[in-house]
Amino acid sequence: MSTFVYMTRCDGCGHCVDICPSDIMHIDKNIRRAKNIEPNFCWECYSCVKACPNHAIDVRGYADFAPMGHSVRVRREEEKGTISWKIKFRNGTEKDFVSPITTKPWGKFIPKLADGDKPNQGEINSQILYNEPHGLNTDKDLPTLDKNSFKKGVYY
Amino acid sequence: MPKNKTVFEDCDVLVVGGGMAGTGATFEARHWGRNLKIICVEKANIDRSGAVAQGLYAINCYMGMQWGENQPEDHVRYARNDLMGLVREDLGYDMARHVDSTVHMFDEWGLPMMKNKETGRYQREGKWQIMIHGESYKPIVAEAAKKSADKIYNRIMITHLLKDEENENRVAGAVGFNMRTGDYHVFKAKAVIIAAGGASHIFKPRAVGEGMGRTWYAPWSNGSAYALPIAAGAKMTQMENRIVLCRFKDGYGPVGAYFLHLKTYTQNANGENYEKKWYDATKKLVGEYIDHHPTPTCLRNHAFIQEVAAGGGPIHMVTKEAFQDPHLETVGWENFLGMTVGQAVVWASQNIDPKYTNPELTTSEPYVMGSHATCSGAWVSGPEDIAPDDYFWGYNRMMSVEGLFGAGDTVGGSAHKFSSGSFTEGRLAAKAAVKYIEDKKANNIKVSEKQYNDLKEVIYKPLENYTVGRNEITGGTVSPSYISPIQGLQRLQKIMDEYCGGITNNYMTNDNLLKKALELLDWLQEDLENVGAEDYHQLMRAWELKHRALTSQCVTEHTLFREETRWPGYYYRGDHMKLDDENWHCLTVSRRDPETGKFTMEKKPVYHIVDDKEKKKAS
Repeated sequence: MSTFVYMTRCDGCGHCVDICPSDIMHIDKNIRRAKNIEPNFCWECYSCVKACPNHAIDVRGYADFAPMGHSVRVRREEEKGTISWKIKFRNGTEKDFVSPITTKPWGKFIPKLADGDKPNQGEINSQILYNEPHGLNTDKDLPTLDKNSFKKGVYY
Repeated sequence: MPKNKTVFEDCDVLVVGGGMAGTGATFEARHWGRNLKIICVEKANIDRSGAVAQGLYAINCYMGMQWGENQPEDHVRYARNDLMGLVREDLGYDMARHVDSTVHMFDEWGLPMMKNKETGRYQREGKWQIMIHGESYKPIVAEAAKKSADKIYNRIMITHLLKDEENENRVAGAVGFNMRTGDYHVFKAKAVIIAAGGASHIFKPRAVGEGMGRTWYAPWSNGSAYALPIAAGAKMTQMENRIVLCRFKDGYGPVGAYFLHLKTYTQNANGENYEKKWYDATKKLVGEYIDHHPTPTCLRNHAFIQEVAAGGGPIHMVTKEAFQDPHLETVGWENFLGMTVGQAVVWASQNIDPKYTNPELTTSEPYVMGSHATCSGAWVSGPEDIAPDDYFWGYNRMMSVEGLFGAGDTVGGSAHKFSSGSFTEGRLAAKAAVKYIEDKKANNIKVSEKQYNDLKEVIYKPLENYTVGRNEITGGTVSPSYISPIQGLQRLQKIMDEYCGGITNNYMTNDNLLKKALELLDWLQEDLENVGAEDYHQLMRAWELKHRALTSQCVTEHTLFREETRWPGYYYRGDHMKLDDENWHCLTVSRRDPETGKFTMEKKPVYHIVDDKEKKKAS
């Protein structure tokens, strides 16, 4: 599939241009709306579809192998923390799915490490990473090996 | 000199690429380097970039040490077995011992983890995989990187590394351009962590029209993970170890959850289990490796490829039984919607409801990457507490160029790290990079104006090629003076496909074909001096192509060097069809001389973590 943009719904806001990982959603200077400038570099990742506030972007299966008449629509709602999908087959069969996208308010539980506890003296020379070994939840030290357990040769 | 504005940035740690590895590196660097200036540069937008841009439905690397499910050495044995014996076990062990702490952070940050209702533990998909609702996996980890970085630059493609004027084997930063403004960006840095993407689109894909972008790995993964270090003279390893994926046809929808959780299975067009048919023939090629459990990924591919070549196709995934259970049906669909929406589109368009139709599978074109069931990448130092001497030169994940670190697809030898392991490897590289700076190994780095001004000329040349050449012709796409990025890309793909073991040759190559490939790739390299770009978007495509072409040369050199067929099902050396443990139970390492462009190859030993049981078995 590749993305395309409905003329009457797009207001040229550029959210899709900003998010597209492949840099293929661009604003057309004449019509001042978004368009897919390079459909053969579209991964159908739906990043632009999800980002469009006007639901102006849709997808039509790749011309090489997808018969027409299908659709896969999505609505991603950050406030509700869900993503909803509607799949419509060429023969009219429909399927609906809803999944969570997060369990916490956006970004609130991600630490700002610059404000956190500084590493203890000497930890830079140890093998532990941030929040270790505590974050392994094992009540043990970080696992290690005796260097001598490495042997050259063919072992299965 | 191009008139584009030059923007300078001096920093301590520069992270190139903001995917899973790059976000991990950026996040962790702040913990250890409180007062350091940490910059991350991303080609797209860090919120949706890299291989995890559209999400994931599983985290494929989690030990579960807290419940005694697996230990790091178990994972090493698993990866070793899957890659036919050849991995860097020190790197694999190191990733595995830390990966659980990474996954626990993701859980705390809000990534929805599925739980097993009976045990309360993370829901296992398989021995190593846990299931998630990961549509927003990437925006969540991006947030962590944003909180740690001094600055994230989006829409800048890094094209070259800078080198120290006094020490040609020391990195000094990187340069690139902004594809929106056209500005030239010079990042001077004390340490650089390459966390860029592996390579799709170096082999001709099965879909070649509008669907060309529907490759298994993201089309924006253009091999910068390899081209940047290769061009800087860093050593690379196992670049011949490309991967072929067995996936649902056309959409390349994932099969992991189907095999492991839904317990679906494959059969040929006649409803037969074809894998056992090829057991004896495969044993003649690889010996006892075919008896290993689980069967290595390449050998399962091999049976598939042989069966299709023998006329037994199409191969189907038997889904009709599992999909009668409404819960499993939901899992089957959501699996695609969470990470490969395109497969749902293919099925909707072709009226394939797996409840009533067993969907078709295919084997993909080859990809070069370092984080899945494959381990191409840079030759890096291991961790100081466990790495054997042959694998250790001071700083974990540092390449053979001083101050140049790698993580994720960039690092060779550490297979099966996937998303969580790549993020973890980014954390490891970041800590080591900070230590490198604190140890004062990055003092007195010099970068001359000439160095970055020369590169500026090189970077913008495709725009000039087009402007000058376009005036010669009335219009259209055919010029005697330049080729467009897409024309060059298709030429590259055809060379790699036909001479280096792509789909049209059924993954077959040999000494003669590879030598021809090298000749054709040399001419392509020369012609890429004349690639023409109409605008900054095409300038990005031009540099993506140049990175892919350099990666391809390295892949071809490695494939020529290894005179055996180590991974049947990934590719075949027709002149050396058997696995040869006597001569090739080793890692291949290359270095390209930045002055001459010539590659030199060498063998490096494989060290295995060996327990007594294994010693007995081997003797």
